[in-house]
Amino acid sequence: MRADRTRPRLRIQPLGDAALLAELGTRLDTALNTRAIALAAALKKRRDVRQAIAGYASVTVQFDPDQATHESVAAAIERLAAKRPPMAEPGRLHRIPVTYDGPDIESVATRLDLSPEQIAEIHTRPIYRVFLVGFVPGWAYLGPLAEELELPRRHVPRTQVPAGSVAIAGRQTGIYPLPTPGGWHLIGRTKVRLFLPDSDPPCLFRAGDRVKFFATEG
Amino acid sequence: MIPVLRVQEPGLFTTVQDLGRPNAISAGVPSGGAMDRFAHSAANLLVGNDPSHATLECTFSGPHLVAEHSCLIAITGADFDPHVNGAPAPAWTGIFLGAGDRLTFGARRSGARAYVAVAGGVEADRWLGSLSTNLMAARGGFHGRPLKSGDVLTVAGEPRKPAVSGRRMGEQLRPDYDDRTLHAIAGPHLERLSPEGRGLLFEAPYRVSRDADRMGYRLEGPQLVTSGEELLSFGLVSGAVQVPHNGQPILLMADHQTAGGYPVVATVVSAALPIAAQLLPGDELRLVEIDVERATEMRKALERGLDSLRLGSGR
Repeated sequence: MRADRTRPRLRIQPLGDAALLAELGTRLDTALNTRAIALAAALKKRRDVRQAIAGYASVTVQFDPDQATHESVAAAIERLAAKRPPMAEPGRLHRIPVTYDGPDIESVATRLDLSPEQIAEIHTRPIYRVFLVGFVPGWAYLGPLAEELELPRRHVPRTQVPAGSVAIAGRQTGIYPLPTPGGWHLIGRTKVRLFLPDSDPPCLFRAGDRVKFFATEG
Repeated sequence: MIPVLRVQEPGLFTTVQDLGRPNAISAGVPSGGAMDRFAHSAANLLVGNDPSHATLECTFSGPHLVAEHSCLIAITGADFDPHVNGAPAPAWTGIFLGAGDRLTFGARRSGARAYVAVAGGVEADRWLGSLSTNLMAARGGFHGRPLKSGDVLTVAGEPRKPAVSGRRMGEQLRPDYDDRTLHAIAGPHLERLSPEGRGLLFEAPYRVSRDADRMGYRLEGPQLVTSGEELLSFGLVSGAVQVPHNGQPILLMADHQTAGGYPVVATVVSAALPIAAQLLPGDELRLVEIDVERATEMRKALERGLDSLRLGSGR
């Protein structure tokens, strides 16, 4: 439906007996993400809301079931989502040095019919948005990645990806903050630390921030 | 800080836990905390603590602890056959240990996780607002790691209530741990399952696989096929039942990843999470769909049980 493009439908569903998932849309889209972050921030200010986490285009709201019901929180979400979100300040800009020598750079280059140098050039071109921080501590979903670099995830995920690996999958890119299993294609590495356990918040990137990669030797 | 308990043997996997760190979720840090929040809270209340105090979560087997100083403790959750100085000790009861007394555990008789609370609360590292152990970051709890032989636990302070032994929580006030029915509310992506798939989800028996830890349990059983486009990642909650591409559902537990993009077809209700926390690999379970109203009744019934420990002195 065309109408869906201009005014995405708000979909609010229970996520257990003390939480709701409010989906603002289904597309990877900066405007939707900005609205989700603003909605989560507005909900967090409510006394009956314990936690509100923005996803790409959604907000997961955990509420105090002694103070609120699914209906009362859903009504608050609808009211807040109908408001025009405040003009979002541009997020902080991070410049991240990357050595483009990841274990998958050759295979990615072959599959995309590009050279490793071209991959680095295309990957460093945009300023990416931090759509959301989550999955593992300090991990940030960055995008949108250029279409020329779009590939599905690896068929068989690696059981251990080294910390600092710069990776791509679909229209997204990211940096593994900790050694974890992972199914994305590893094209490079950075020495910048993303998970800062002794800082609060314990991560470099926050939702809404901007990230620019630049190529560096070793 | 008073040294109270010395760890003679740590048990298989014993960590310090509290009610978790919800404010760190936006940094991708799991909320964590006790898997069985009910048993954790009851243990605290039985010794006069607030439920927010830290306890020991003992997984699959119990530690051997020696009292360095007299203290009031309570053991709740799984039954690992507790003994004090070789004599059977009552669970779900405030018990007094004198200096030199030995708390030991025998073989596992039921459940997966026992909780040990000490009046005053276990002293631990606070990280991002919580005393819970986070192994991935090696922060919180007892230096960010499971207990080892030789560790000495201290108490955080005086309990809020006078520490009286002999207070007991009756069985009728606890969750029915023997009934492996996990009540659940329909999830936001349930419609991605076919009618047949929905029937399987809520009727077929599933089994906890070997791949089961504090992050979550992979379940074995009939394969669930979901349809529709890939979802954009969204924030997750404990109890969410995700269906990845292989069709074998995953039940998210306390240390679950904070965000993900697999369809959530059901969410186990908060009153049933303590039962889920006591399941072991190989245990069979059934998901049974209920509505929010019934889930609320179940939650309130358990809370009334905990409240009776707050108010009462020996009931």
